[in-house]
Amino acid sequence: MKHSTETVSPYIRSSASVQRIMLCVLAALAPAALAGCMNFGFHAVLLLAVTVSTALASELFFRAFFRKRQSIHDLSATVTGLLLGMTLPPDLPLWEAAIGSVFAIVAVKQVFGGIGKNFANPAATANILMTVLFMKDMTVWRLPMTGEAVTQTTLNGASATYWDLFLGNTAGNIGENSALCILLGALFLWLTRTASPIAPLSCLGSFALLTAIGGYDVPAQLLSGTLMLGACFMTADYTTAPVTRSGKCIFGLGCGVLTFLIRHFGGYPEGILFAVVIMNLLTPYIEKLTRPQPFGAADSPQKQKKRRKKKRAAV
Amino acid sequence: MKRLNGIRLPRKKRTEEKPIKPIPLPALVRIPMLMHSGTPCTPAVRAGDYVTVGQCIGTAPDENSVPIHASVSGTVSALTEYCTVTGETVPCVEISSDGEQILCDTCTPPVLESRDDLIAAAKASGCVGLSGSGDLTFQKLAAVKKPQILIVNGAECEQYLSADSRLMSETPEQAVGGIVLLMKLLKIKDARIGIQTDKPLAIQRMTDACKDEKGITVCPLPPVYPQGAEKVLIYHTCGIVVPEDQTAADMGILVLNVSTCAFLYQYAQTGIPLVERVVTVDGDTIDKPCNLRVPIGTPVKELLEYAACHTDRVRTLLCGGPMMGMLLDSQEASVVRQQNGLTAMRRAKSSVRESACIRCGRCMEVCPMNLMPMELNDAYQRRDPAALQAEHLRLCIDCGCCSYVCPAHRQLAEKNQQAKLLLQKV
Repeated sequence: MKHSTETVSPYIRSSASVQRIMLCVLAALAPAALAGCMNFGFHAVLLLAVTVSTALASELFFRAFFRKRQSIHDLSATVTGLLLGMTLPPDLPLWEAAIGSVFAIVAVKQVFGGIGKNFANPAATANILMTVLFMKDMTVWRLPMTGEAVTQTTLNGASATYWDLFLGNTAGNIGENSALCILLGALFLWLTRTASPIAPLSCLGSFALLTAIGGYDVPAQLLSGTLMLGACFMTADYTTAPVTRSGKCIFGLGCGVLTFLIRHFGGYPEGILFAVVIMNLLTPYIEKLTRPQPFGAADSPQKQKKRRKKKRAAV
Repeated sequence: MKRLNGIRLPRKKRTEEKPIKPIPLPALVRIPMLMHSGTPCTPAVRAGDYVTVGQCIGTAPDENSVPIHASVSGTVSALTEYCTVTGETVPCVEISSDGEQILCDTCTPPVLESRDDLIAAAKASGCVGLSGSGDLTFQKLAAVKKPQILIVNGAECEQYLSADSRLMSETPEQAVGGIVLLMKLLKIKDARIGIQTDKPLAIQRMTDACKDEKGITVCPLPPVYPQGAEKVLIYHTCGIVVPEDQTAADMGILVLNVSTCAFLYQYAQTGIPLVERVVTVDGDTIDKPCNLRVPIGTPVKELLEYAACHTDRVRTLLCGGPMMGMLLDSQEASVVRQQNGLTAMRRAKSSVRESACIRCGRCMEVCPMNLMPMELNDAYQRRDPAALQAEHLRLCIDCGCCSYVCPAHRQLAEKNQQAKLLLQKV
């Protein structure tokens, strides 16, 4: 008998590919990235170029060094680089951004085996590392219109109208200040079925609910900081979030709750990235808990035991 | 009722409006002695013998086999060997046709009065599952001890294929006649015919044909692949879930293909055994896709020629459709009993390269059995039988949806088939 996979059905494939998925994500990130570049000027463009090119270069060299099949054509490193760049303040020194990007690709993604094998979101983890390493530079922003440097955002004292927050006329990181552009991108991902809206919506929903219960300004809290970007693009990451639907919902809820707790009771003004990474660590357990029941499968031994107990109790 | 998952294949049924036509009689047929799942037959003729249509040329050596009959009249030119799609080498009878198609005088309508008569007739006629499985019909009939429901598979969810839907549109009375016959002899009160909603003509004709019959209902199925898989079909027509440790037969459910039913009816009327069948010939290298009535054993080369195929461009030649079909080694192969289609495609399977799983979860979302193919694949790569069992590999129906949707082009379904072999060895 011949048993090579060549001789086994199916013989057709859908047109989906990893490259195409990543291209969709890049397209979805584009409006917010462009808005950031327009708001903050040349240095922001340079910063994004540095994070993307360092991400690509570090993936290329790492895989070449360890003699692994090259994977930059799948565009996942481009996505990581761009997403990281978008969570950085516009005037960050370029070398600091480069360090963050190398860390994201090498230490978070490639060391664990590359695409699909990392347990935490590379961009979020790298941003956390940079916040710790370059505390001072990571907390200086610039007002888009006047160019005045500020160390306060709407999360820790500055004030802005909802409209400014929604359109992005506030100080903040490059890619996160226009909620409108981020939502447009996210909508594109959901409509093309590239990503599921379950985790983002449950994250934003649970956060909004807690904020309302806590008596805070709900729209301002939702539109400020990295929350929108993180919720729309990082909680919907394939690799580091649960694959099951109910798992995605739990994951999003967890992110929303943790973000609320960190923002209001923690030492940092923004909490979504920490929340995402913490939930990333819980992903395998959430997935195990929310496994779908196979069609017609016999009950698991635990369930059978439970049923027997119930029967006994009934008798 | 929740629908089971599946995929929407791009619709390529170019042949659904093409009436079934007989192919010009081939000069030579090569009839392999294994066209079912079971033991090969023993040739009952010698080179030089004169045979007539319907004459037995291969006898069943044991209970796992059915006799094979000559599909043309003429002289046996040689006894050779034939390599089947599953890779087994079996004897083969070559007959050069005299063009007369003289019917064998043993072909007389059988007496059908009881369940045993039916089983004997199914065996003598050489009836096998005509939708590609090649299961022995008489065994299937015998396995259902207390038949309650007869489910007739007219789903035909495969890409390209339309042989069954043409049969239902052109001669619905034959299919319904077969169903009535089965219901009468097996004392079944409830029969359901599953047809996908994208075949409105077939649904219409079948509904009209069974209007006056009691207990037959036509169940529209969603136009999603796979619907013809036994468990999916049972669930979507009756809402019954077949548990992992039972078979449909244990639950009193008999599932037969619509063309198998139609054949049984024809056999009851004429007594001519299974010597010809309808084959859909299509694919992206074929200019004139068609539905052909073909004598068993006709070289597929003749079908391709008739359908104006660019034979030099064919890289994938399949017995069946692209989702469930089996690869034919060469254009020298013969049309076999269980072959419902001949698909000739330009694309070779090896043209795509696997990359790492990105955990997008699409395989899980399309799996009709709610399995997690990526976890099964991991377990297989570790060669871990315990994990494979814990992931319910046994439930996998080999539909191929997971491989179809995987953006990393991983061969998930193929690995599952290999994993099943691994479990058998343990």
